[in-house]
Amino acid sequence: MTVGPVYLDHAATTPMRPEAVAAMLPYLIEHFGNPSGSHSVARRAKQALEDARDEAAAALGCRPRELVFTAGGTESDNLAIAGVISRRAGRAVCAESEHHGVLHTVTALGGVVVPVDAMGLIDFDALSSVLAHGDVAVVSVMLANNETGMIQPLERVIHEVRRVAPDAVVHTDAVQAFLWLDVATMAADVDLVAISGHKFGGPKGVGALVVREGTLLAPTIHGGGQESDRRSGTHNLAGIVAMAAAMTATVAQRTATVARVGGLRDRLVDSLLTNIPDAIETGDRSQKIAGNAHLRFPGVESESLLFLLDEAGICASAGSACASGAIEPSHVLTAMGISDDEARGSLRLSLGSTTTDEDIDLALKAIPDVVSRLRGT
Amino acid sequence: MARVLVGMSGGVDSSVAAALLLEQGHAVVGATMKLWGGTSDSGCCSVADVEDARRVAQQLGIAHHVFNFTEDFDRHVVDPYVAAHAVGRTPNPCVECNRHLKFDRFLQRAEQLGFDAVATGHHARVVPVGDRWELRRGADAAKDQSYVLSMLTQRELASVRLPVGDMDKAEVRRRAAATGLRTADKPDSQDVCFILATDGGRTTFLGDRIPLHPGRVVDTSGAEVGRVDAVELVTVGQRRGITGGGRERRYAISVDTATATVVAGTDDELQTRNLVVSDLTWTDQPSSDGDEVLVQTSAHGSPMGATFAAGGTLHFVEPQRLVAPGQTVALYAGDRVLGAGIAV
Repeated sequence: MTVGPVYLDHAATTPMRPEAVAAMLPYLIEHFGNPSGSHSVARRAKQALEDARDEAAAALGCRPRELVFTAGGTESDNLAIAGVISRRAGRAVCAESEHHGVLHTVTALGGVVVPVDAMGLIDFDALSSVLAHGDVAVVSVMLANNETGMIQPLERVIHEVRRVAPDAVVHTDAVQAFLWLDVATMAADVDLVAISGHKFGGPKGVGALVVREGTLLAPTIHGGGQESDRRSGTHNLAGIVAMAAAMTATVAQRTATVARVGGLRDRLVDSLLTNIPDAIETGDRSQKIAGNAHLRFPGVESESLLFLLDEAGICASAGSACASGAIEPSHVLTAMGISDDEARGSLRLSLGSTTTDEDIDLALKAIPDVVSRLRGT
Repeated sequence: MARVLVGMSGGVDSSVAAALLLEQGHAVVGATMKLWGGTSDSGCCSVADVEDARRVAQQLGIAHHVFNFTEDFDRHVVDPYVAAHAVGRTPNPCVECNRHLKFDRFLQRAEQLGFDAVATGHHARVVPVGDRWELRRGADAAKDQSYVLSMLTQRELASVRLPVGDMDKAEVRRRAAATGLRTADKPDSQDVCFILATDGGRTTFLGDRIPLHPGRVVDTSGAEVGRVDAVELVTVGQRRGITGGGRERRYAISVDTATATVVAGTDDELQTRNLVVSDLTWTDQPSSDGDEVLVQTSAHGSPMGATFAAGGTLHFVEPQRLVAPGQTVALYAGDRVLGAGIAV
């Protein structure tokens, strides 16, 4: 029996893992200390902080001292890009399909936005010509896209940057990737890697940035000099401990999760494509993270679709919403050359490690009906 | 019991409208239209207002959604507003928003989602008479909004509920306070929602979108008597910035953007007995040639007696000031809206 709605919006956020909740509770109550102190309570907190750093570093394939804890993915992206730009001359460069945490940071700093192809993957000719132009300080290309789930060829990006602009730093937003991909391996040669705790079973309000040794980075938040003077502010210790526990659990279960959830996703998408006339799958499934299903239903408006799905007990999304909660036209789909009319009929169903067979059954019962009702057929 | 979708702007009137419909036993869902993508003073579409609407919906225990209609709003309200000013006309964007957004796009969306009716917090009344619907002035004369709804027809009226139309504003606020609604003390919205009063108002808004041209002010004989900075910003009937040389007050009595000329006239020259309207719509049966009607030419203007002539000419009983081309002209019989047109 399912209690509550069917939740298929795990890319927005996913419930905390029990091991992460268990790990954080002592640090909310008995071990409440501020790690930046010298007495016994502070020392206990500091020990937990550094244990969490060791644990998180192992999961990310970096050295503990290369890990900076932040308040989330957007802060990590800002720190990475603005932190490089304020330490050295040169421009920031990113792909047009980046998350706003990267895209708006790059544009705010007067950077260059590189187009993507019909699959949402970075246009290498355009990237090379921007790099060849010189004057590039940092290149930011996300590992997996938050709307379409498409995985960027990061290795090729690194190769291209090292070849054409060897002085430039590479950053990747791995926020959507960590649950599904071996980020430690795939981003091993990336200088800056951003993750966010609540996308893989940690709490909201905590994230991390890998800063490889030798990468020049200025802080964006100034103050008491925590995190080796790269990110000031009292540590969110309980959050950090919980995120580290969620990372360990994620890595341990990743292969099994990808296999199981990938199977559910394939069943979901295949069935929707079969049962809904003119349904279009966005992107290329062989290059996607396992939890992402993105479809377009021409002649249907996302807002109406989500409204009726919500009434039917299905939580989904259209990909991108603004601060007011209004659905915004997707810059990702526009960048892929998808027409406004088609983009308007978008539905993103994102699965997580708690998604069940029954969730998929219920979704498959509701979605074709709702689409056909909205099309008046 | 009906399924009603309430357009919740985040203001007190639509908050109480939702509360009243719930009390009446209807199945109510709230929705806020995001209309303007740009910045606004408070308007009907800022994030803070959406948040107020969402919080009121939570207080009432109803679902709340946001509909992004910014593209439709640009196309049907903002772009025509700008284009009209470029040719010296002065449209009423609130009327066009009601015509194209609140009682068309929103109503269609509601019907598509299986609702029986939509409701808003407008101060006006929709009254069933037999199998027809009448649109009447709101009970609170000072807050009456029937003018901005005057373009509604039977098609829309059949599906529109205006729960606060029977109440005066003080009573609406009392009800909101008694229900503990957070919007009880929220000030009434003012002016055009997409124009920032804090950033130069209409001059800045239009100046950012169309070229503004300095113009000549001439008297009715054609002699130049002054200049204006931007002929596109002059409205027929306007006195500010219009000089006539002499001591007598002067008003803009016509604006020609093609030649960048404003004709200034005396109060006598501003008066007219005739007004031609186009694009007439009727709440029910059209008026007939020779019908006596009341004419209102601005949101809070006084109704004037006139005779309707087929084709859309109004002959006023008493001389009236010229109406700026583009303005909405609402026709009434008593407190009942007959229809609406646009001043030519």
